Amino acid sequence: MRDLKSDPVLRAFAEEIGPTDAVSIVGSGSTGPHGRGRVVRAPSGILEVRADEMTVRCRAGTPVAELSVALAELGQRVALPTTAGTVGGALARGRSDHFRLGRGPVRDTLLGAVWIDHRGGLVAGGGPTVKNVSGFDLPRLMVGSWGTLGALAEVILRTNPVPRASGWFRRSCSDRSELFAIRVATHRPVSLLWDGADLWMFAEGHPDDLTRLADDWTAVSDGPVLPESVRTSLDPEIAVRAVEARDAESRRVTEVGVGIVHSSRPLGEALAPPRPDPRVVDLCRRVKTTFDPSGRFNPGVDVLDLAR
Amino acid sequence: MERHLYSHDASMLAGEPIAVCFPESAEEVRRIVASCAAHGRPFVARGSGTGLTGGATPPVGAVVISTVRMNRVLEVDEMSRTAWVEPGVLNLDLTRRVERFGLHFAPDPSSQQSCSIGGNVANNSGGPHCLADGVTAAHVMAIDVVLPDGSTARLGGSEAEPAGYDLRGVFVGSEGMFGVATAVLVRLTRTPSDVSTMLIDFVDVAHGAGTVSAIIADGIVPAALEMMDRLCIAAVEEYLHAGLPTDAAAVLLVETTGDPARVAEESRRITEIALANRARTVRVAADDAERALLWKGRKSAFGAVARIAPNYYLHDTVVPRHRLTAVLSGVYEIADRHRLQVMNVFHAGDGNLHPILMFDRRDPGVMERVHAAGEEIVRLSVENGGVLSGEHGIGLEKRDLMPLMFDDDDLHSQDLLRSVFDPRRLANPGKVLPTAATCGDLQGVPEGTWI
Repeated sequence: MRDLKSDPVLRAFAEEIGPTDAVSIVGSGSTGPHGRGRVVRAPSGILEVRADEMTVRCRAGTPVAELSVALAELGQRVALPTTAGTVGGALARGRSDHFRLGRGPVRDTLLGAVWIDHRGGLVAGGGPTVKNVSGFDLPRLMVGSWGTLGALAEVILRTNPVPRASGWFRRSCSDRSELFAIRVATHRPVSLLWDGADLWMFAEGHPDDLTRLADDWTAVSDGPVLPESVRTSLDPEIAVRAVEARDAESRRVTEVGVGIVHSSRPLGEALAPPRPDPRVVDLCRRVKTTFDPSGRFNPGVDVLDLAR
Repeated sequence: MERHLYSHDASMLAGEPIAVCFPESAEEVRRIVASCAAHGRPFVARGSGTGLTGGATPPVGAVVISTVRMNRVLEVDEMSRTAWVEPGVLNLDLTRRVERFGLHFAPDPSSQQSCSIGGNVANNSGGPHCLADGVTAAHVMAIDVVLPDGSTARLGGSEAEPAGYDLRGVFVGSEGMFGVATAVLVRLTRTPSDVSTMLIDFVDVAHGAGTVSAIIADGIVPAALEMMDRLCIAAVEEYLHAGLPTDAAAVLLVETTGDPARVAEESRRITEIALANRARTVRVAADDAERALLWKGRKSAFGAVARIAPNYYLHDTVVPRHRLTAVLSGVYEIADRHRLQVMNVFHAGDGNLHPILMFDRRDPGVMERVHAAGEEIVRLSVENGGVLSGEHGIGLEKRDLMPLMFDDDDLHSQDLLRSVFDPRRLANPGKVLPTAATCGDLQGVPEGTWI
């Protein structure tokens, strides 16, 4: 990881961040709060795509759309939400899309990273290979940190091959016992979405295997429309309960086996995500003050508040 | 006498515990750690002691906290495909407990019959089947921990996106230096319906390694993709009589799993790729018995070593797949130069090398040569774009090689993370980070420890 730091583009970004004032790190500006500091943007550019390594190295300011095109040319893809703006933004946000069940969470895509620390210096963590247990896994801390610990500059991501075929399927499913039976019987769905009346499945693999699914499912052109207003992360069992408890006016769709609930209105206090225990709150505060003692990265942004 | 048994793990690195505790509950762990904290006494959590890097080797005067008696599977949730388990549950026991649901725990280290889930968490363990399904970090959702000050916390949660920083993620692989896990919420993986296992042999290592890269570049991610070289094949065959081709320079053990059509197509495609890369023969396991035999050959490789030499030193590095051929030839050259026998049996699909240096420790000066060769192999791997360790961890063994990958700023940042969890440096001190990065641990490497 040492050799990555010689890149003049990263050095210039480190100089731009400098050692003193408050900075707000902006990706594409597509989402989220960014604090109240001087606006900085990470450099962009894809540096190396290797299908035979299932990795890609790029700068954090690279648009996810641009990365996806470059990977698709080699039959690869990365488990970042396609709706995300930049790679750095998607990682800082740390939220996975509704294909998480099969493709894995955003947090597992980041293998290695170089970022600018509070002193304006370049720091590297993780490594260039998919398998690596060399030292503490600092990049884990950056995913979902909302840019509050440092400014991501360059990343190495895990990629995966694009399967030959994929498609949405639907069947009616109106109660939890039926849902349970289907869940137990389905092998490795990429997505399972339930709105209390219907169950949608996204499957990937060999075309003949997908065709066989038609015995129990109806192939459909698209998945359900997900309510965009509210997205809540719950225990998967409580998420099922949240869908069961919907009323006539509200629409709720849960990612089965994951526990994310997409809803048109807030779920209410009874279905609020658990509050982090006080010791976790304390540890998170210590992480922040340890890695950003003067509070210069995205001031005003609190990872504990954002998740509420 | 019994204390002596806990002075080392499966490596050759020995320390000296002052006491060994066998807690049976999280509360007992909490009281032990709180007592250590009150007296400024270092402690080391220990699972089954199968680690290979001295990670569980106690510094002189440390209290060893063995989790062997915390071995209950607390809860299995078929809907979420998760289970709460205590840290002393053995890896294979967990899979046996959940296989009636058609589920298994994906990380499967070669030591899976004896290694514990707590140890898997501490080392972020892998195994042959982690190529497709990922290592331990991808299969742990939450960890109940006793922090080094004696307080308790739940890191992560059963929900997908818990509030705050990913403390769960950094705890996995922290080698017992961030606290003691007392319960783990693991993800379980659906056991595939179909499986095809192939043994492919080559007259030279380069074409075997080339086949590995070609399979991955073709968009196939096999469930497992393992390689054994000539010496290993011979040792295993003599031991097992599995019909392995003893005149081959290398064999690949490839397994593809999933739905029937996918498995059939991948199996056919892998055969084509191998033959295009000058494979000599492709043997497809005809049934479960033959599959089990081929895997037994792979998994008993370490046992077979004893037929060649009384002692061995197992290394663990990762290199990019496209550098496998170059690094393997470098490994043979290094062993030759140090007058050591080496055999390779490893997770080729991950680029995860496991060179085994074989020797008789009674030979004068042999240990110096073993260590010199080992360090050269690690340096060679990093120079080729690889990393220090793929699944065994850093522990004491590779602690002082960390600067090969990381500069002072990087190591300082890792030490900062440690200080968040353990400002007093009581949890397994002296491991992972070279002394210069740690501002001085309470306990360094114990005197007489042999690295």
